[in-house]
Amino acid sequence: MSGHPVLGSRPARPPQLEVSELHVSYGAIKALRGLSLKVGKGEVVALIGANGAGKTSTLRAVSGMLRPAAGKILLDGQEVTGLKANELVPRGMAHAPEGRGIFPNLTTQENLELGAYLRRDRQGIGRDAEACFKLFPVMAERRRQLAGTLSGGEQQMLSISRALMSRPKLLLLDEPSLGLAPQVVKAIFRTLKEVNQREVSILLVEQNAHLALSLAHYGYVLETGEVVMEGSGGELLASPEVRKAYLGE
Amino acid sequence: MGVSPSSGLRGWTRGVAPLALAVAVLSVLQLGLNAWDSYADGQAALGAEVFRPDFLVYLSSLVAVNVVLTVSLNIVNGMTGQFSIGHAGFMAVGAYIAGKLSFEVKELAISGLPHAVSDQVLFTLSLLAGGAAAALCGFLVGLPSLRLKGDYLAIVTLGFGEIIRVVVQNTPALGAALGISGIPQHSSLFMVWLWVFITVLAARRIANSSHGRSLWAIREDEVAAEAMGVNTTGYKVRSFVVSSFFAGIAGGLFAHFVPIINPGSFTFVKSMEVVVMVVAGGLGSTTGAILAAVMLTLLPEGLRSLFLAVGGGDASLAQKVDQVRMPVYGVLLVVLMLVRPQGLFGTKEIWDVLPKWLPRLPRAPNSPPARGKEAA
Repeated sequence: MSGHPVLGSRPARPPQLEVSELHVSYGAIKALRGLSLKVGKGEVVALIGANGAGKTSTLRAVSGMLRPAAGKILLDGQEVTGLKANELVPRGMAHAPEGRGIFPNLTTQENLELGAYLRRDRQGIGRDAEACFKLFPVMAERRRQLAGTLSGGEQQMLSISRALMSRPKLLLLDEPSLGLAPQVVKAIFRTLKEVNQREVSILLVEQNAHLALSLAHYGYVLETGEVVMEGSGGELLASPEVRKAYLGE
Repeated sequence: MGVSPSSGLRGWTRGVAPLALAVAVLSVLQLGLNAWDSYADGQAALGAEVFRPDFLVYLSSLVAVNVVLTVSLNIVNGMTGQFSIGHAGFMAVGAYIAGKLSFEVKELAISGLPHAVSDQVLFTLSLLAGGAAAALCGFLVGLPSLRLKGDYLAIVTLGFGEIIRVVVQNTPALGAALGISGIPQHSSLFMVWLWVFITVLAARRIANSSHGRSLWAIREDEVAAEAMGVNTTGYKVRSFVVSSFFAGIAGGLFAHFVPIINPGSFTFVKSMEVVVMVVAGGLGSTTGAILAAVMLTLLPEGLRSLFLAVGGGDASLAQKVDQVRMPVYGVLLVVLMLVRPQGLFGTKEIWDVLPKWLPRLPRAPNSPPARGKEAA
């Protein structure tokens, strides 16, 4: 790989997502400059980095909301570069966007059903919705309530659940802890672990590096659109550079 | 809608049944009107003056055209949440294509058909051609510009509307600034209101379909809709094309009952008029759009009669009072926006805001829950 330090070892897994040499620009501004990363099957991978490092741009390029200027994206070994979001959802990619993006005028239940927009199996949808309510019991109490009246944490849970409703193999999460109380964040991350144990790979973008790295099997540190360090979650957490730059020590 | 699925009617018949009813009612109206006309002709031959509803027919055609425009613009501005302010441009395309076609073929008749029938067939064909041309323009404008959002899209559509007008104004074949006169006056009460009906039916069917839900999702949160797998660009362009088609039809109808069409009829002011009607009716509400279009078209006329009455028999005073008419219209709009910023019905339909004790049609079990941005 390129010249950045790699900490710790990574157990070999068949790749779920492979991104190589990804470039993304907003006009003249380059957001990503040759970024490469891998997510194995059943793996949780965290992207950490400061504001503007290109974390969200990476997610948006992977999920087809941004068109990459150059680079290659493989999902399950198939090239999906340049495909749009609506073509990627049926291939098993789900994106819970930053700022949650729930529909405030629909109920919790209806929001979940929208997550199954491309599915046609009514019974399966119903079953999966129930599974989501089991995953986040707080949401079950809010089932008939307009989603706009839910608390921030509940909305985040709804956003994740809705992404799960498309039965993804790969879940992209953008800042799930943003603006939430520590207790709620803890609950959400516990559930993410549970989700991951059901063979859903997760690519997680977080500002809260400590939290993200303690959940993730593997992590990448981004700076100005490039990977500057990668390694297993534990090793990154222990590394002095990461501790200094992102954990405030 | 209106018929519950349990009655066993298939989807498409639910559209056809009301259509048949509308055709019947409109035919009776039209035949009555024709009968009255020939009676009036007879009386005139005897030297007697009989009231002729010509002006009323004209006014009602104007209302109909505005309803078609408003309901179709509502598909883009209301249901999809994309702010387009170039509707007059698409209307102009329809008006000029349909008008010019009718003008060219006015000497022709389809053999084997009575004259009147052949005229109506040709009229319908040129209307459809005008609609199709407008839809094509909608596609061409929409494909690149619907990637833009909000103000930017508004500016692009505004620019398109003006381009059409300027192109027409400088094309001698289309009469340049003088416009086209002598387009056969084939439009009738039956035809315009039939198209109103078709437009409203199409709009409501779209709103209640999964297509319509996708549009609503885009309007509420585009990123979320995209993340869910909605083909946002595709749906936006499709809604734009449908909307432009009906704008073209409205233009075609318009061209066949006004004595002359010229670029002055399709300026930015006309576009704004339609936007005002959509906003006043409530973004996303089809019935609101209808009501607003009817009211705002009739209001200036109604105010004219009112002020003439206030002025009494004194013609000069009446004229002076009449000049206050347009400012009053403006003030009424401002008041409406202050009192009901979400428009007459908000995102609801009329049957959602009627008092609960009124008898109503059974509602399809999964018709969209009306909830509004009332609190917003």
